[in-house]
Amino acid sequence: MGYPYSHPSEVSIISKHFGDPGARTLDGWMKNGGYDGLKKALSMSPGEVIEIVKNSGLRGRGGAGFPTGLKWSFMPKDSGKPHYLLCNADESEPGTFKDRELIRWTPHQLIEGCIIGAYAIGAEQVYIYCRGEFFEANQVLGKAVEDAYEAGILGENIFGSGSTIELTVHAGAGAYICGEETGLMNSLEGKRGEPRIKPPFPAAAGVFGLPTTINNVETLSAIPHIVREGSDWYRQWGTEKSPGTKLFCVSGHVERPGNYELPLGFPLRELIEDVCGGIKDKKNLKAVIPGGSSVPILSKEQVESCLLSYEGVQEAGSMLGCASVIVMDENTDIVHQVTRMASFYAHESCGQCTPCREGTAWVTNILKKMEAGQGKEEDLETLIELTDQMTGTTICVLSDSVAAPVQSSIEHFRGEYQKLLNNGGGHG
Amino acid sequence: MAEHNSTPKDDQYVNLVVDDVSISVEKGTTILEAAKQAGTEVPHYCYHAGLSSPAQCRLCLVEVEGAPKLMPSCTTIVTEGQVVRTDSDVATKMRQGVLEFYLVNHPLDCPICDQSGECDLQDFVFSEGRKHGRSRAAKRVLGRDDFGGDVLFYGDRCVMCTRCVRFMEEVEEKPLLSVVERGNRSVIDTFFDQGLGDAEWAGNIVDICPVGALVSKDFLYKARAWDLEHTPSICPNCSMGCNIDIHTRDNVVQRFKPRENKDVNGHWMCDYGRSRYEWLNEGKRIEEPLSTTSDGDLQTSLNWEEALRELGEKLKSSGGTLKVIASPLSSNEDVGATVRLIQALGGGEIVFRSATTSKEVPLPGFKGLKRTKYLAPNIEGLKVLGAKYVGDEKGSGGLQAISQHTEIVLVMGDRLEDQTEKFGSEAELLIYLGSHFSEALQEADFIFPINTFAETSGTFTNCDRRVQKFSGSLEGPCEARPAWSVLNDLVRIITGSESSHNVADAFNQLSGISEVFAGTSYSDLMPRGFKLKHDPPMTRD
Repeated sequence: MGYPYSHPSEVSIISKHFGDPGARTLDGWMKNGGYDGLKKALSMSPGEVIEIVKNSGLRGRGGAGFPTGLKWSFMPKDSGKPHYLLCNADESEPGTFKDRELIRWTPHQLIEGCIIGAYAIGAEQVYIYCRGEFFEANQVLGKAVEDAYEAGILGENIFGSGSTIELTVHAGAGAYICGEETGLMNSLEGKRGEPRIKPPFPAAAGVFGLPTTINNVETLSAIPHIVREGSDWYRQWGTEKSPGTKLFCVSGHVERPGNYELPLGFPLRELIEDVCGGIKDKKNLKAVIPGGSSVPILSKEQVESCLLSYEGVQEAGSMLGCASVIVMDENTDIVHQVTRMASFYAHESCGQCTPCREGTAWVTNILKKMEAGQGKEEDLETLIELTDQMTGTTICVLSDSVAAPVQSSIEHFRGEYQKLLNNGGGHG
Repeated sequence: MAEHNSTPKDDQYVNLVVDDVSISVEKGTTILEAAKQAGTEVPHYCYHAGLSSPAQCRLCLVEVEGAPKLMPSCTTIVTEGQVVRTDSDVATKMRQGVLEFYLVNHPLDCPICDQSGECDLQDFVFSEGRKHGRSRAAKRVLGRDDFGGDVLFYGDRCVMCTRCVRFMEEVEEKPLLSVVERGNRSVIDTFFDQGLGDAEWAGNIVDICPVGALVSKDFLYKARAWDLEHTPSICPNCSMGCNIDIHTRDNVVQRFKPRENKDVNGHWMCDYGRSRYEWLNEGKRIEEPLSTTSDGDLQTSLNWEEALRELGEKLKSSGGTLKVIASPLSSNEDVGATVRLIQALGGGEIVFRSATTSKEVPLPGFKGLKRTKYLAPNIEGLKVLGAKYVGDEKGSGGLQAISQHTEIVLVMGDRLEDQTEKFGSEAELLIYLGSHFSEALQEADFIFPINTFAETSGTFTNCDRRVQKFSGSLEGPCEARPAWSVLNDLVRIITGSESSHNVADAFNQLSGISEVFAGTSYSDLMPRGFKLKHDPPMTRD
């Protein structure tokens, strides 16, 4: 059920209890079939649990869309080392607000998913790295973990199964880059939040140098349902390559912004016009960012045919990312929006890789100068070249995230940049 | 005896092609090191052979056939049949791009920067960078920070390679440096005003800084890199035998820099060692052979030939025993020639003194490397050749017996600075072989000018009995000669034997003097020296 608005097109699985304070408590969650999935998982072997998730086709909801079951199966068997499950709750991509709601309304759904995941990969310790700014979510989650411990759902001998799984909530300290999985690991270890070079991949050497799986909040929240109901049940929604449902965070110029849980493959145009009630004040659409601020911008024409699945958005020329749909109407100043995003990334760059450290700031600087009417004709070419130099040359993809909106906006809205160059700046 | 590494078996090798050059390298080698072996230097900043590799400078990215993106050559391990291109259009264009980013905030103050001429940023930009930068933005200004010790930090020049941070963390294991802030506001800093505190190896961060961000206060504005001559030598300031380069300009020592030797000091040397070179530039040199008349006035000998003949005759006719005070800076060749002279005269002994410190100062991240207790380079060499350590921990005293000796006394190198009165007045014949004049030895019968270790070639034996070669980097006074050469001439005059002025011959004579040198040869000394046999057992106190 969407929050704060809902729509009949929705398929409410993980968002079923959004807006329902009753499901937030342990009792409330149990009454709604909570922890049944965990009980079922504990009656199976870890391999069988992984198999169900593999068959469901669930893909990582953090942005990359990597198949979850496959990721779990990468964990070494009989390594003799402790394993870790990390839950990435450092939701900080501009435009994204799904994990916060999942934690706020259904913390036990996440805890249940974490325990099942830990059981499947042989981890006895789970860390939920929760964005520090989510004060309420942190409190709700902390309380839920406490209750789960008290009820014997966490700790030693869970539900009498003999399995031990500990869970710790760790609050971040306000850095976008700590949402990058290896940056998160460094931060959790008490180091600077700087992404690590891969390989080694987390499954071989993750947090504290030990085998680690890291999953997004939304991914883990779907796990209890998939385990309880089976993979075929989950596959009734979505497409062949993108099965299941996904939360879409819609923001910007629509009548009813918010979270909507829809089957993957849902048409973007329908999401905007039907589910969200159309563009605000009956204006025209200009552009949409379909997957959070780090993916390419879609022009109005591209939006027309775009289907919201991993493959569908890619076909349309962008990426599904974490499905944060930012809608911009005809009055939107694209250059200003891109400048805002670029300055965000410049501020959040960790600074270890040179192209990102210097490039993000330089690109921002050029854009700001353009906005202020001090742009030069060659600046557009420079922007394209600089962002080329920033793509695929760094440890993580933060600098690529600046390149995507800059390059796609120049491609689709060159006229707006040109106007600034011709008129010597100023908006409108 | 030289140590030879056993040749690894063929299955420990991997074949690959770097820029059309086929090579075979040991398994586990990185592409960057393999390329080096193939004759290609891949530009890099964050990579340093003595540190971990974070692969963050992004300059060493190369094209690897089959890989979807450019790969950091510093962390990518070679695989069989790999085809690497460092010079492809994609790789070259990328490097040019990364180099342009480096200059966005770099002040380009090369004309006043000490690193100029030995700067990796200057070199790489010059060879591969764009002709003109495109950034019109105001540059970030950080100014200068005193990190304490000998280290100054110019933040504006920093390329954020973090070599310094990693050195302090991984090698000295005193994590006193860190990256502060993030993005392009990142800066290397110490914790508040703590500075480099009690670090004793921090000078190395100046050496490994690829640009002029970390510079030496001692060397500040002293010389331009291109005016410096580099001469391979051995640090004389303790018994570790760190390999160094002596940097000189106009016959003046400007600084000591560590020279790589993986068997001794890796890439490193201590702050104590690198900071003590000034005495080599001191004046008050003995310029020519002198002999004293009976009334005590100094008189210039006409030339070496005359002086040596006169002394030779006196030695021959004296027939007394020879007691020698050697300096702990005496080379193996000097001591060997002294032993030969004692043998020629029919008896005597060699003693030496050395300043010491109460504690060794190890470098935790490089096994075996330390500043030793003895603060002189050839303690072990002297001992091996039969010299006796006397005196106290300050390197003074212990000369009571010799000062009373009534026959021949030879002082070699030691200036006897602790002796307040005239030394050796009881001796029938007092000889001083020195580089600098000595108060206590003013009235020696013969005063001969010798070279310092920095003016001649020779060998030192380090605390682990590794014999290593040093070369002359300075020119001494024109009449000065190596001590061993003077002593060998005296032996020739006394015994009529042949005498060579070749340092290799002087070294090779050692095998006839001491059995631990048996079978060794001067030609085996390169490149990293060799260890002496360990029998007789080492005498360490």
